[in-house]
Amino acid sequence: MNNKDDIRIGFYICHCGTNIAGIVDVVDVKNHISKLKNVVVSRDYKYMCSDPGQELIQKDIKEFNLNRVVVASCSPTLHEKTFRNAVEKGGLNPFYFHMVNIREQVSWVHTDREKATSKAKDLCRAAIYRVRYHKMLERKRVPYNKDVLVVGGGIAGIQASLTLAAAGKKVYLVEEKPTIGGHMAMFDKTFPTLDCAACILTPKMSAVKGNKNIILWTYSEVKKVEGFAGNFKVTIRRKPRYVREELCVGCNQCIEACVFKEPKFPDEFNLGLGKRKPIYLPFPQSTPNVVLIDEQTCLHFKTGKCKQSCAAACDRKAIDFNQKEELKEIEVGSIILATGFNIFDAHKEPYYGYGIYPNVYTSLEVERLVNASGPTGGEVILRDGKKPKSIGIIHCVGSRSEKTNKWCSRVCCMYSLKLAHLLKEHTGAEIYNFYIDMRTPGKMYEEFYDRLLEEGVHFIRGKVAEVTDCALNKDEEGKLILRAEDTLAGFLRRIPVDMVVLSVGIEPDKKSKEMVRIFNIGCSTEGFFQERHPKLAPVHTFTDGIFIAGCCQGPKDIPDTVAQAGAAASEALALIDTGYLELEPNTAYIIEDECSGCKTCVNLCPYSAISYDEDKKKAYINEGLCKGCGTCVAACPSGAIKQNLFEDEQIFSEIEGVLIND
Amino acid sequence: MTDKKEKNWEPKIVAFFCNWCTYTAADLAGVSRLKYAPNVRVIRVMCSGRVDPQFILEAFAKGADGVLIGGCHPGDCHYSEGNYKTLRRVSLIKKLLAQVGIEEERFRLEWISGAEGEKVKIVINDMTEKIRKLGPLNMPEKFLDWDKEISELEKEIERVH
Repeated sequence: MNNKDDIRIGFYICHCGTNIAGIVDVVDVKNHISKLKNVVVSRDYKYMCSDPGQELIQKDIKEFNLNRVVVASCSPTLHEKTFRNAVEKGGLNPFYFHMVNIREQVSWVHTDREKATSKAKDLCRAAIYRVRYHKMLERKRVPYNKDVLVVGGGIAGIQASLTLAAAGKKVYLVEEKPTIGGHMAMFDKTFPTLDCAACILTPKMSAVKGNKNIILWTYSEVKKVEGFAGNFKVTIRRKPRYVREELCVGCNQCIEACVFKEPKFPDEFNLGLGKRKPIYLPFPQSTPNVVLIDEQTCLHFKTGKCKQSCAAACDRKAIDFNQKEELKEIEVGSIILATGFNIFDAHKEPYYGYGIYPNVYTSLEVERLVNASGPTGGEVILRDGKKPKSIGIIHCVGSRSEKTNKWCSRVCCMYSLKLAHLLKEHTGAEIYNFYIDMRTPGKMYEEFYDRLLEEGVHFIRGKVAEVTDCALNKDEEGKLILRAEDTLAGFLRRIPVDMVVLSVGIEPDKKSKEMVRIFNIGCSTEGFFQERHPKLAPVHTFTDGIFIAGCCQGPKDIPDTVAQAGAAASEALALIDTGYLELEPNTAYIIEDECSGCKTCVNLCPYSAISYDEDKKKAYINEGLCKGCGTCVAACPSGAIKQNLFEDEQIFSEIEGVLIND
Repeated sequence: MTDKKEKNWEPKIVAFFCNWCTYTAADLAGVSRLKYAPNVRVIRVMCSGRVDPQFILEAFAKGADGVLIGGCHPGDCHYSEGNYKTLRRVSLIKKLLAQVGIEEERFRLEWISGAEGEKVKIVINDMTEKIRKLGPLNMPEKFLDWDKEISELEKEIERVH
């Protein structure tokens, strides 16, 4: 380490155009810093992150023989890497560098020029004080396991798995439902092209099943994740389906033979609009094409007195009532989370009458109703057996509302237009769309809206106040009446219809908070997974090696989901093909002479990186296991533990720097 | 000098934010262009568990009017449980600070997740206002006074003997 007097610091403050210089007097800060001890050069520059900005640092390192560099600009989460690399290229150890955040945490959040400048001076001074104590460090490399775990078998998980498998990587695809396909498998057609969802999805589903690089585990869930990027250990619970997957060929003879002659129980795939038996296949193209037995409804599990005709009918002896849940342990390097979404529970807006009036449906139920393989064979027949002659579609149910969810779910306007088109095509009914704003951003989306206008669908701009069956005149009798203010025409309207469709929004999956804990990632207060950067790292999480794709990150349509899934796969591939992971050298170490052997630290470490050497009576830290949180450092009563990059001297000098102006 | 100082006095708060949740939230507040009081000086640590009680005492001793620690919500710690250790230490430090005569509003621990930029703004504004009402803490000057007191006492003792 250099003698303190030999320390030669270069200081650089960035204007970031006017982003910083507009609020912080950068020249004043530069002059202030130039007077501090050890500062050899102090400069301001328009864009420090640009090539000329970085070259400026490199030139100065040589010319002024600098051995420390401080840059005051944006957040270190954005450009710390950039500047460390620049410093390294200039011939200096990259950890002789420190960065000050005067954009995200100063100029963007304050309006008073004088006070913002004063804050910037304090922070920059602290960095100068701190960087004097910086040491030469080396990044460690750990090998990176090439296998990937993809969680969630909707279109996002399918796309990511296929991309990775195409690159020759081994993929474990884990889905909690008995089949992959997700929500997309339930849709009838997709906007704006009106190509049928099954026609574009099912080939991909079979491709997953047929791909030798993909191990597909449906009806399974992740229970535990240990380790870190490149070296995760994951425990997966495989629930018993009471049918041996390797034997079942999906001939459905067992279903025919079931003691229940008629399907009797609400069928999940059709949202209870259809019926199934206790032994069933979720839908004809289920992947894997393997039946399962539902414990809750099967006579054998309920009473133990079934004659087990299903088992007798299976000539491959695939049915196994004694199947137990299985725990599988796998090792992977990367994880892609594509756990999808839930639709808004329409019961939460009781004034729209869902669950009260039988002819009020959610949009997802209507997808099943208009679908040729749906419970009615594609014929739109209401719960009371009638065919609707008029239909009201209410947009933004559970979206853009202070009472429910504040966000726009992004897809509802477009799928409402699609359903309007399909319902008109199927029934010829008059269709009324009630919308707040029509949001159709996307390729060919606005054109689709224009097409609907030409098809004679009615559009009323206004949020529906309530759906009621309280008729005021003869025309309204036996109908559902939608009451709304037509905000374009400027008066209240009552529209009587036979059927109401609630365009329900997208919500985080109910299990998302549990997922956040299992995978140690972040999420918003609502429960959407947090990306590392909203624009520049949209599929990264704050945990290295874990990526996110699809609606678990936020509402999005199929094209965006597929694009994001591809992005997540390629980010995982980038790490895999590098073959190793570089770790930040912020690990802790013990100064043996100062350790008193009190063992305070041993139990504090969540990674069991600290062990106790009985012979020496000293604690020992395994740097390979240490993640660099620094908890043990703060706890050591002898001050015998140090954390690289966050040493006591460094932080004490930072405290002094922000408070004392000498 | 003291008069001038008091007239222009602005509370100065030293904050220790964990890298994963609260520091990210502070960045998010910036990206969202939320505006808050310019009185906090953030020192980044990897985990709130790294905050040594000495850092807090040192900050007060060197002239901070308040100290704020920001960590991940319980259960959401990037390092599993560092924030629980912070919580344990904080309850001890609070007792200690009370004994030194430091008002409880001057020291605060907040759980702020990476998505809660708004909370950064609310907490900083609230803490700044509360400390503004309390006035300057002036520990460094108090130390000088105490030192003076002690040396006078020592002189007194010498004289008696």
